[in-house]
Amino acid sequence: MQVTVKLFASFRTGRTPIEICDYPAGTAVADVVARLGIPVADLGIMLVNHRHVHLDRELADGDILAIFPLLGGG
Amino acid sequence: MKRLNDYLTGLAVDGLISAAVQSDASLHFDLSFAEVEAAILELGLCPARYQRNRQTISCAGQLALLRSCVVVIGCGGLGGYVIEELARLGVGRIAAVDPDVFEEHNLNRQLLCTLGNLGQDKVTAAARRVAEINPAVTLVPLRTAFGTANSRELLAGASVVVDALDNIATRFELVAGCRELGIPLVHGAIAGWYGQVATQGAGEDISPFLSRAGAGTKGVETRLGNPSFTPALVASLQVAEACKVMLSQGSTASGRMLLCNLLDLEFEEIRL
Repeated sequence: MQVTVKLFASFRTGRTPIEICDYPAGTAVADVVARLGIPVADLGIMLVNHRHVHLDRELADGDILAIFPLLGGG
Repeated sequence: MKRLNDYLTGLAVDGLISAAVQSDASLHFDLSFAEVEAAILELGLCPARYQRNRQTISCAGQLALLRSCVVVIGCGGLGGYVIEELARLGVGRIAAVDPDVFEEHNLNRQLLCTLGNLGQDKVTAAARRVAEINPAVTLVPLRTAFGTANSRELLAGASVVVDALDNIATRFELVAGCRELGIPLVHGAIAGWYGQVATQGAGEDISPFLSRAGAGTKGVETRLGNPSFTPALVASLQVAEACKVMLSQGSTASGRMLLCNLLDLEFEEIRL
């Protein structure tokens, strides 16, 4: 299945900002994050097709996954 | 009151009252600078300091700001700029909450931090700065850390609360505290070139915008740091949001969050 992965802010450093990737059926958001080498502690908002999701969300063909880093400073 | 009104009307020039006249009236009629400011605005006149506000904020709006109270939680990068802009805007009462003192690494971005006040309270510096800028504004310095235990005490009576915290765990407590009291909250957070702003109206819940996959209380700012321009931008957006809440004007970020990427100059809006 094909999933569009959109990375934002600091997650773009050293990675492709928007990429259409092939994943096996049953792939969850956590698997994509691991493959991208993003530490879980850095994860903020994650959206699939503009809806908020958690790491365990299974992806479907045609999904658009957007991943934002956690910003905590003031 | 009629004597005061006659005095002010007689000394108005093009509908404006100078700071010197306002100050003299304060002494002459034994009123605070803020009380005279209210009288000026009730007459449909304008303190001269706000003359460049007039096309944006009416006298009635300026009076609403004078009668408003904003609680600013955190007096660091965001909080310093927020307090500065609220004071210049003419918000009558600002409560500044922060337990910390200034350290050298604050100098790169925190407006209230100077070489001369390293080691001193952030909230005391805020009070001093506001007194220099606008005597109609009362800054209440509260040298304490915000948390669930003192939430009600610190937030009660606020027209709007501004989140200028530096950690995520306390932000959840602030979101909950504002929800409990039905007080609007303007959230802001920064890291490196990146920032975000959201407004939680009464009855709303912006917790999903603060969601995190891990259990950490800090974000990527621990590695990216915070340069001077990101807090200035995000704080300005927060003050504009707070201003709209106080004036009941325009459309706030209610139900949406603006994410700013200054490195690529991209602005993204996401919804709850």
